[in-house]
Amino acid sequence: MDNNFGFEQIDSGYLDVLKEIGNIGAGNATTALAQMLQRKVDMKVPQATLLEFRDLGEAIGGEETIMAGVYMVVEGDIRGSMMFLLEKNSARHLANQMLGGFGDPNAEDFGEMEISVLQEIGNIMTGSYLNSLSDLTGLKIFPSVPEIAIDMAGAILSVPAIEFGVIGDRILMIQTRFTDDVDIDGFFILVPDLDSYHRIMKSLGMA
Amino acid sequence: MSKIIKVGMADLNICKSPDGITTLGLGSCVGVALRDPVTKIGGLLHAMLPDSTVIKNNTCVEKFVDSGLDELVKRMVRAGANKARLEAKLAGGAQMFAFQRNSDLVKVGERNAEAARKKLRAMHIRLLAEDTGLNYGRTVIYYPETGIYVIKAVGKPEKSI
Repeated sequence: MDNNFGFEQIDSGYLDVLKEIGNIGAGNATTALAQMLQRKVDMKVPQATLLEFRDLGEAIGGEETIMAGVYMVVEGDIRGSMMFLLEKNSARHLANQMLGGFGDPNAEDFGEMEISVLQEIGNIMTGSYLNSLSDLTGLKIFPSVPEIAIDMAGAILSVPAIEFGVIGDRILMIQTRFTDDVDIDGFFILVPDLDSYHRIMKSLGMA
Repeated sequence: MSKIIKVGMADLNICKSPDGITTLGLGSCVGVALRDPVTKIGGLLHAMLPDSTVIKNNTCVEKFVDSGLDELVKRMVRAGANKARLEAKLAGGAQMFAFQRNSDLVKVGERNAEAARKKLRAMHIRLLAEDTGLNYGRTVIYYPETGIYVIKAVGKPEKSI
């Protein structure tokens, strides 16, 4: 039963399946990004981890790293949070490239145009991630309208962390890093709730 | 040699002057700093949720404002602080994104800050100053020597309360 599913059932076999989900979702999204930019973007091996809240900041390279975070709430068969995080300089670079040089590369703050572009990039990327996950599992996934914040990584991640804090003392997340080794460095993070994990496993014949 | 002790999310710790205590990137969470101005023993709680009594999975006392403050005061008293002398400062409780779905979590930042005020009042601890709400993250450093609470935010001048 969904309600009996807890952290104690999460073993390395489960985590491997979640890694594969990260692989497929982020793989598709990274391809979408590469097409938008018309350049090669590499994806690192996904990580699926059960983390103590206090270790969350380190997992994404430090609580104070300034990042652009696009956040959406996911509903349907899979419920939870989806985030697309870009390191600040990558976000600026990406926004400028999309704006065809109309952005100001030296501006200290992000303008309305840049923020809007980043929100849309986040929308496309997370949409492509969730679509491939939905195709794979046959589960219905409905993402909300994306919201963006440009701030310290710890502060941005406090939002999905708090959602998970309601149900447990640790956070289970699937994290995939992508980079082109020069200008772009970012993460996808999928944080489904525990019932959703059970449904994912079931849809894949694992539970 | 003084050092700065680091506190993570859903975490707490204590320190003694001249050391300071910090937590990085507070979003909707709150950072409650306490000190005994005589013994100069200080403490910091980085709590995520307002109320431990309404949530089932609450083995982690540091996760909540109410149970976290109980634990922090206990630890400080054990280290030699006098409970009657304690004073508090509060930061965090922002709303990072414009919307939030889950009705439990609507304005969780604001509710965290309110829970902290209420709990401090119930414990008869004076709240001397606060920097809460709005929509940005905060890094905080507390110095029990002076009671100064330094607050840093992206693109804003550093301030002390």
